[in-house]
Amino acid sequence: MSRAIVTIIGSDRVGIIAGIANVLSDINVNILDISQSVIREYFTMIMMVDVSAASVSFEALRKALSDKGEQLGVKVEIQREEIFQAMHRI
Amino acid sequence: MKNLRYSGEEILDTIQMVRAEQLDIRTITVGISLLDCASNTTEGLCARIYDKVTGTARDLRKVGLEIEQEFGIPIVNYRVSVTPVSLVAGRVPSEDFVKIAQTLDRCADTLGVDFIGGFSAHVEKGMTPADAALIEALPEALAATKRVCSSINIGSTRAGLNMDAIAQMGRAIKQAAKLTADQSSIACAKLVVFCNAVEDNPFMAGAFHGVSEGDAVVHVGVSGPGVVLKAVKAAGDVDFGQLTAAIRSTAFKITRAGELVGRTAAGRLGIPFGIIDLSLAPTPAEGDSVARILEEIGVGQVGGHGSTAALALLNDAVKKGGAMASSYVGGLSGAFIPVSEDIGMIEAAEKGVLTIDKLEAMTAVCSVGLDMIVIPGDTPAETISAIIADEAAIGMINRKTTAVRVIPAEGKKVGDSVDFGGLLGRAPVMAVHQASPARMISRGGRIPSPLQALIN
Repeated sequence: MSRAIVTIIGSDRVGIIAGIANVLSDINVNILDISQSVIREYFTMIMMVDVSAASVSFEALRKALSDKGEQLGVKVEIQREEIFQAMHRI
Repeated sequence: MKNLRYSGEEILDTIQMVRAEQLDIRTITVGISLLDCASNTTEGLCARIYDKVTGTARDLRKVGLEIEQEFGIPIVNYRVSVTPVSLVAGRVPSEDFVKIAQTLDRCADTLGVDFIGGFSAHVEKGMTPADAALIEALPEALAATKRVCSSINIGSTRAGLNMDAIAQMGRAIKQAAKLTADQSSIACAKLVVFCNAVEDNPFMAGAFHGVSEGDAVVHVGVSGPGVVLKAVKAAGDVDFGQLTAAIRSTAFKITRAGELVGRTAAGRLGIPFGIIDLSLAPTPAEGDSVARILEEIGVGQVGGHGSTAALALLNDAVKKGGAMASSYVGGLSGAFIPVSEDIGMIEAAEKGVLTIDKLEAMTAVCSVGLDMIVIPGDTPAETISAIIADEAAIGMINRKTTAVRVIPAEGKKVGDSVDFGGLLGRAPVMAVHQASPARMISRGGRIPSPLQALIN
């Protein structure tokens, strides 16, 4: 399994999760878990996803998410899980 | 939430470091051995160098861009370092050394890397004809190329200081400045004079691929003054124990990110991973400044009293955090305080608070040298040599690397300013002492290596 973390930052509104989930489903990325909370005054949604069966390159996936985020008025990032493992676990 | 292994705080912490605090990988540098490129003819040598360098690092940019996308961390520079050229150019006529530099320049162009280092020689004990020819060719080689960097090692703790070479380097720097007078004497920004040079440094202008390295290796230089500044600010008015703890944990995270990027790049390039260099490298961007960290620690302005102690504690804490995060720390791993590349240093130098004398004192504790300092264009070659000798003496006695990268900007005097553009930044012309050291420099010979006992 090749996991990545999608982070969505912005103000809450109808359709954000649905919009992002649609993009992910279109390119065969499975959502493993979702959480949402207010962190440092930002409304933040975090998804753990499995990109091992993705139908497009990581670069294309990143662009698709970022474009959708722009439409929805939120910032969307996707990063491989390893970077968080490296920086936050001993 | 069993699958989400990281807290929202941790995830935002990483994103914030990149977006707001300029966390980046400063350089991925591929070191390449040229020892198998030696040839009887200049053409043969140049052809082998071109093929080997462009073949070995062929995918560097492509792999870097992929990694940048996947981990969401910018990689600012891609670079190549090679075996010191004088070691493979023994059969090349002295008038052809510039051609080797031009070949390296073409390699850099083909690969899309911003600098290639290793137009270098090690002359701390003596000089071969090839070393002498390379130093002779330096001013023209640096003026005739855009991306070639050179380093000359003129001293070491084991060998002492080669004062003949130091005298020559003063003249070479003057000549390089003259040849690029119309470009702010930029050739000098690509030339470093070392004492105790290291063989695995990924940072320019001093990178070269040492003979103790393998055929090819991937080194990484991390950055992060902005991230450390944020941590120091967040810590507030705590005592030094707590302050260094905050710096250590930040350095740990930065280093881990660098190590992940380095190992991933090495794996994809099919080249062994070498080291991660823990130097805090500033850029001219506001907030990406080492000076600002010292000022946040409480030094009124960098260059003022307390600066040396603050720098010592900062760098030691960075190394302690980083050393725990990576098994292979190497390179320079010291504090970089290139005056023209650090907005806080520029301001302090403009006000006259930061002087060459204070910068020299900082190199005694952890700074790796007098770096990117612009001095008046009419500074005599002997004075530049004496600056090099002072700096090298600090390195020799303290068993550490020290370096000099000064730019005697043609036609400029104290009060003027010089703009190199891009990462090299801009700098005010700093004053040097007027007393002439010409008699000392003209003595020639070597300053013997120091005693290693009785070290107080």
